[in-house]
Amino acid sequence: MMVAADRKALGWQAWYAMRHDRLLIVSATLLVLIVVAVIVGPWLTPHSYQTMDLSAVLISPQWADYRWFGTDDLGRDLFARVMHGGRVSLLVGIVSTFVSLVVGVLYGATAGYFGGRVDHLMMRFVDILYALPFMFFVILLMVLFGRNILLIFVAIGAVNWLDMARIVRGQTLALRRREYVEAAEMAGASKRRIIFRHIVPNLLGVVVVYATLTVPQVILIESFLSFIGLGVQEPMTSWGALVQRGTELMSIAPWVLVIPSLMLAVSLLCLNFVGDGLRDALDPKDGHR
Amino acid sequence: MLRYTLSRLVSVIPTLLLVMLITFLLVHAAPGGPFDNERTLPPEMQARLQAAYGLDQPLWVQFGNYIGGLMQGDLGPSFRYPQSTVNELIGDAAPVSLLLGSLAFIVAVIFGSAAGILAAIRQNRATDHVLMTVAMTGISVPAFVVAPLLVLLFAITLRWLPASGLSTPWHFILPVFALALPTAAYVARLIRASMLEVLKGQFIRTARAQGLSSRTLVLRYALKPALIPVVSYLGPAVAALLSGSVVIEQIFNIPGLGRLFIQSALNRDYTLVMGLVILYSTLLVLLNLIVDLLYAVLDPRVRYR
Repeated sequence: MMVAADRKALGWQAWYAMRHDRLLIVSATLLVLIVVAVIVGPWLTPHSYQTMDLSAVLISPQWADYRWFGTDDLGRDLFARVMHGGRVSLLVGIVSTFVSLVVGVLYGATAGYFGGRVDHLMMRFVDILYALPFMFFVILLMVLFGRNILLIFVAIGAVNWLDMARIVRGQTLALRRREYVEAAEMAGASKRRIIFRHIVPNLLGVVVVYATLTVPQVILIESFLSFIGLGVQEPMTSWGALVQRGTELMSIAPWVLVIPSLMLAVSLLCLNFVGDGLRDALDPKDGHR
Repeated sequence: MLRYTLSRLVSVIPTLLLVMLITFLLVHAAPGGPFDNERTLPPEMQARLQAAYGLDQPLWVQFGNYIGGLMQGDLGPSFRYPQSTVNELIGDAAPVSLLLGSLAFIVAVIFGSAAGILAAIRQNRATDHVLMTVAMTGISVPAFVVAPLLVLLFAITLRWLPASGLSTPWHFILPVFALALPTAAYVARLIRASMLEVLKGQFIRTARAQGLSSRTLVLRYALKPALIPVVSYLGPAVAALLSGSVVIEQIFNIPGLGRLFIQSALNRDYTLVMGLVILYSTLLVLLNLIVDLLYAVLDPRVRYR
């Protein structure tokens, strides 16, 4: 009884806090706009993202001929490229976060539920992995095994599950002492069933908040790789790859740098604000922002 | 304390061995070798090249030899630049990165702390909101977006500062700022949060009741405990500076370790890549250790057994 009432109060409080966090609302709205634009965008323009047109090189942004964002040094339409690159960046962000989420939740929940020696061994392993300079391993992986997009997902997901595993383990340690878990144990449910049916669903709140904060990190890693030339390859593109191209052209065509930079920056900023806002809303203690 | 230090030092060894083994295996499992790019050599020449670098021996012998060399501080010859050793190449690039990194570190800690303290004192007022929005931007927006935009504004449009190289002190301003920004932003957020926590403490209320000025209160009493969470962030901060410098050195055309790393990876210069990864990992692991020990010194409540 008590627990249910508390949770209701907390949920209401969270909703109240969220509705009154203007920053969160503005960021979430912007984010939805960007996602919709990126999905719909490529159909709005008559230009393709990969067709080169040497008669239309480095056009500055203008209304005429639907060149809203101008063109790059190969005459490719920048609006189409930014929208297409956004699809790739956001997709990498979501898929890799999902990979790290699945691995991290399973690992953390298992360690936390079994506890004792299993937990100790599993978390020692995480500690050792934490000490490795993963950014350099990801770079090495991309260089050595070709630059395909599947490898990007896996490499980034493999880097990011560690934090998730730690957080989930901590939560699980608290959850496994709860009455309903003990009840399930008494009723003879298998360990597997308890983890999947009773523990994991109750972790979702924390996991969702943390995942919102993982997406911008992942997009950052992908764009970092693309920026140093190890991410997605031509003719495919992403915001990081577009920014890289922009740095080479910035003295003659600043818009090729500024537009993708702004898109990337605004998206990352909004994602972080939303993640922070959600965390503050679910955490009744003082905010970090 | 001494026992803790020793046991931590010992626990560093398996981590470093793992780093070496993973790097070694990755590099050797990769398709394509360092001599692929040359004109096709006659088979006997190729065999002789392989033998000269010890590539014809079984993997575990190669690994053993490598570790043996490493123990004596020898990282082997470079595959790509036959006239120089890996030690020499790293020795040339390291001072540049070190200078850049330490400047950025100092700038980040000073500006980050100042912004964090100011935001905490003015909590929920305009100064706080502005500073924290800037900090959030610094964390969210990557260096490779900030740096080119800075170059576009200050070097190309306004022509106030040079765009690349490191020949005069002026050249340092943009790269150091771009490198320091994310770390400064993180430090600012941490200090603000911990300062707010500390300012609620009873000893602060007592000090205030005795009529101490806000300035003394904040600087003399609240700052030290508020700095503790920052110390634990310094390990990751140095890591961020290390990987950040990869991008910054690329953009500003600075001949440091970061640029060397990308070039060596693209060239498949196996020994150079391995040397750099091992250098970075060792730095990271040791710095984390130092940070943990420092933690105990700063916070009398933390005691290691």
